[in-house]
Amino acid sequence: MSVSEPTKAAGTGGGDAPTTPRRRSAWDDRKEAITNSPATPVYAALLGVFIIAWIVVTIDGGTFLTVSNIVNMLQRSVALGIVSAGQTVAILAGSLDLSVAFLISLSSLVTAEVMDGSDANIVPAVLAVLALGVVVGLGNGLIITKLRVNAFIATLGTALILQGLIQNRYDGPAGSIGDGFEQLGYTRFGIIPASVFLLVAVVALVYFLLRWTRFGFRLYAVGGDEEVSRLSGVRTHRVIIAAHVVCSVCAAITGLFLASRLGAGTPTVGTDGGYDLESIAAVVLGGTALAGGRGGVLGTIGGVFILAVLDNTFNQLEVNAFLKDVVRGVIIIAAVAVYARRSERRA
Amino acid sequence: MAPLLAMKDIRKSFLGVEVLHGVSLECEAGEIHAVMGENGAGKSTLMKVLAGVYSPDGGTIELEGEQVSFSHPVQAQGAGVAIIFQEFNLLPDRTVAENVFVNREPTKRGLVDIRAMEQHTRELLEEVGVTHFGPRTLVRHLSTAQQQIVEIVKALSLDAKLLVLDEPTAALAEHEVEVLFTLLRRLRERGLGMVYISHRLREIFTICDKITVLKDGELVGTVPTEGTDTNTLISMMVGRELDGYFPPRGTAEELGDVRLRATGIETSMLTGVDIEVRAGEIVGLAGLQGSGRTELARALFGADPISAGTIEVDGKKRGRGPRAGIGSGMCFITEDRKLEGLTLAQPIRDNVLLAVRSLGRSQRKRLPNTVSVQELARSVELKARSLEQEARFLSGGNQQKVVLAKWLATQPGVLIFDEPTRGVDVGAKAGIHDLMRGLARDGVAILMISSEMPELIGLADRILVMRNGELAGELPAGAAETEIMKLAAAEDHELEAA
Repeated sequence: MSVSEPTKAAGTGGGDAPTTPRRRSAWDDRKEAITNSPATPVYAALLGVFIIAWIVVTIDGGTFLTVSNIVNMLQRSVALGIVSAGQTVAILAGSLDLSVAFLISLSSLVTAEVMDGSDANIVPAVLAVLALGVVVGLGNGLIITKLRVNAFIATLGTALILQGLIQNRYDGPAGSIGDGFEQLGYTRFGIIPASVFLLVAVVALVYFLLRWTRFGFRLYAVGGDEEVSRLSGVRTHRVIIAAHVVCSVCAAITGLFLASRLGAGTPTVGTDGGYDLESIAAVVLGGTALAGGRGGVLGTIGGVFILAVLDNTFNQLEVNAFLKDVVRGVIIIAAVAVYARRSERRA
Repeated sequence: MAPLLAMKDIRKSFLGVEVLHGVSLECEAGEIHAVMGENGAGKSTLMKVLAGVYSPDGGTIELEGEQVSFSHPVQAQGAGVAIIFQEFNLLPDRTVAENVFVNREPTKRGLVDIRAMEQHTRELLEEVGVTHFGPRTLVRHLSTAQQQIVEIVKALSLDAKLLVLDEPTAALAEHEVEVLFTLLRRLRERGLGMVYISHRLREIFTICDKITVLKDGELVGTVPTEGTDTNTLISMMVGRELDGYFPPRGTAEELGDVRLRATGIETSMLTGVDIEVRAGEIVGLAGLQGSGRTELARALFGADPISAGTIEVDGKKRGRGPRAGIGSGMCFITEDRKLEGLTLAQPIRDNVLLAVRSLGRSQRKRLPNTVSVQELARSVELKARSLEQEARFLSGGNQQKVVLAKWLATQPGVLIFDEPTRGVDVGAKAGIHDLMRGLARDGVAILMISSEMPELIGLADRILVMRNGELAGELPAGAAETEIMKLAAAEDHELEAA
C-alpha cells in the first residue's frame, strides 16, 4: 500500500536517514541501541574515573592497576552491587526502597541465628532469609499498591518497623556462622573471590529478568507510564509487587553475604554501610531514571564500580572521610546532571 | 446482518449526576462513523464505556449481534475494539515493537521472543507504508503523526474490528492529515469499522460515511454525510444557527504602533526570523508541524533561549526568560494546556492568579487596574461549579478559558496564542474568536499559530507562513488555502518551477 510519509522524522533521532527510505540495516539498529542505552555514558564515566584514579594514585606512590587491587575493589563492590541490582528493579518500576538497609541487618541476624554455628543448617538459614526477603517485599509492594501509600513513605515505614524489631531483640552481634558458610566470604577460585561470582550471578539473573522475560518488559512499561500500562492490560499492581519482592530478596541475599563475611549477625551492618541511600545513588549514577522506566542493571553495576574506584582511591590517598563524602556528592550530582542533558537533547 | 457495533440506550452517571441519558450508536463494518458534539456532550464518556474504562449503568453493547460487557480495556481489545485516545498510550522510552506488543509479548520457551516481536512489527509497519522508522526506534524519537501510526499498528496487531479515533487530527498538520486519511480509507476497504470523534467539520465531510450528533448526553440524531451540510450539523450540535462563523476583521484605522518586533531570531530550529505585530491586529502564523511555528512562539516569549537576534516589546528590548516576557506585557497560551498551561491539581482561582503572582512589585505597576478573578471568569464565560474547583475536573474548553483568564489577568499587550481552539467545540470556538478580536480592538497585538486553515483564513488580518525554521512568506487576510499550502509545503525546486 502506498501511504508515503513526506516529512522528516522530528528531532534528531540517531540512525534515522530520511533521505534513504531503504530498509534499515542491522548495524543501524545496533548503533541506535548503543547510543540509546543509558548504560553507555556510565561506562564512559567509569573509564574516566578509573584513569584519573590510576594517575592520581600512581603519582601518590600507591598501587592501583594491579590484579590484587582490582580484585579488592571488586570484592568490596559485592554487597553494594547485590542490593543495588535489586534497587534497580524497584526504581525501574517507578518505585524505590528505603527499607533495604534494615532488611540487610535483619537478614544477617536471621542467617546467623538459624545457622547457629553449624554448616548443617545452611539450607534452612538460606531459605529462612529468602522467605524473609519475600515477605518484606510483598509487604512493601502491597502497601504501595493496595493502600496507595507513596513508595518513599511506605518503605520508610517498613524501615522503621524493621528497625524496631531489630532493636527490640538485639543490641550487639548475635548468632554465628558455620565454617563452611564463611567460605562464601573468603574463598577464592584462583584469584577471584567466591563472592564476586555471587555478584555476577545475581546481576546476570536480574539482567535476564529485565531483558528476556515478560516481567521485565512489563516492568519497564509500568515504570514508564503506569496508566498507559494499565490501559494496555498490564496488571500493574502485580508488577510493582513483584519488583519489590525482587528488590527485597536481593537485600536479603546481601544480608546472607555480609553475615558470612562477619561470622555473625550484626544489627547495624546494613545501616553502617548506608545501603539504603547508597544503593539509590548507585542506581541513579548508573543512568537509571529515578522516575522509572529507563535504565538497567548493567548501568547500576557501572555506578557501583565508580563508587568502588572512588573509595579505593580515597583510602589509598588517606584523604579525610568528610572530604570523601563531599567529592562523592559532587560526582553523583554532576553525573545525573549530565544524564539529564543527554536525555533532554534526544527528547 | 447485525451491525458491527450497536450501543443501545447507554446510561452513565457520576456521583449521582447522569451524564449519558440513553445514547445509542451503530457502526457497520467498513464504515467511518463520525461522533460529534460540544465539549461535555458525552462523546468521551460514551467511548470510555465502549472501551470498558467505565461500566454503563444501563443499556447494552452488541458486537456483531452478540451482547458484550467490558469491565477492563483489555477485554474490549480482546473482542476487537481498539481505541486511540487523543493522548497517546505509548511509552516514550520503549521501542516501537515493545509498544506494539506491550503486555502481549510473544514468548518462545518461556522467554520473550524479541525477534518475532520485531519481525511482526516490521511487517505491520511495511503494510501501512512506513519506511522512516523501524521496530527498534524509540517512540520518543518519533513525531506526533508517527506515534499515531504506531498506535494504529498496535490496534492492527490486535486484530481490531472496530477502531475508535478520538480527535485523531488534533495534533497533525494538514499534509499529515492526508496521510492519515489515506490510511483510514485503506482500513475501511479492509472492512474495519471506525468511530471518528472530531470537531473538524471539513474532515468529517471528507472522510466519514455517517454522522452521529450528541448534545448534553443525549442523542440528537444520526445522519448520512451525503445530503447533510455544515449548517445543519452545527445547529444539531448547538441548537442554534451560527451565522457569522468569524468576527469581522479589523480595519486599517484600528491598527496602532508596532507592539512586538523581533529581528534576526536564531535558535537551533530557527534561522533569521523577522516579525512585527501591531496593536489591533491578529497575525496568523501558518506552517506544517515541525516548521518552527511553536519554536518561534517559545523563543519570542522567552521560554527557549535565542542564540541571536533582538526582541522588542513596545519599543523596549525585553529581558531573558518567561518572567521578563510577562513583565513586559507578553503572554503565551501554549498548545498543550494540560502540560504547559495549567497546574491541574490546583483550583481555578490559583490557576487564574498564577501569572500575576509571578510579577514583581515594579512589574505590577504596569497594570492599570486590578481585575477580580470573578470578573475574569465572567469575561471568558467560564462554566464551573465554583472557583475552588480543581482545574483537572474541567472540560477541555473550560480549561482553555482558565488559561485565557490567567493571561488576561496580566493585562497583556502582546498575546501569543498557539492553537487557540484545539480540542475546543464549535460553540466555545466562536466565543474564543470573538474574545480575540475584542482584545485586538482594545489594542492588543495578537500572534496566532493555527493548524486549522479556516481559522487562519477567517480570523487573521495577515498570514505569515513558516517553513524549515524560516519565514517562507506573507499573505494578506483571506488568502486562499492553496496559497498557504504552497508556501508551507513547497520544496525549493518546486518554487522555482512555479
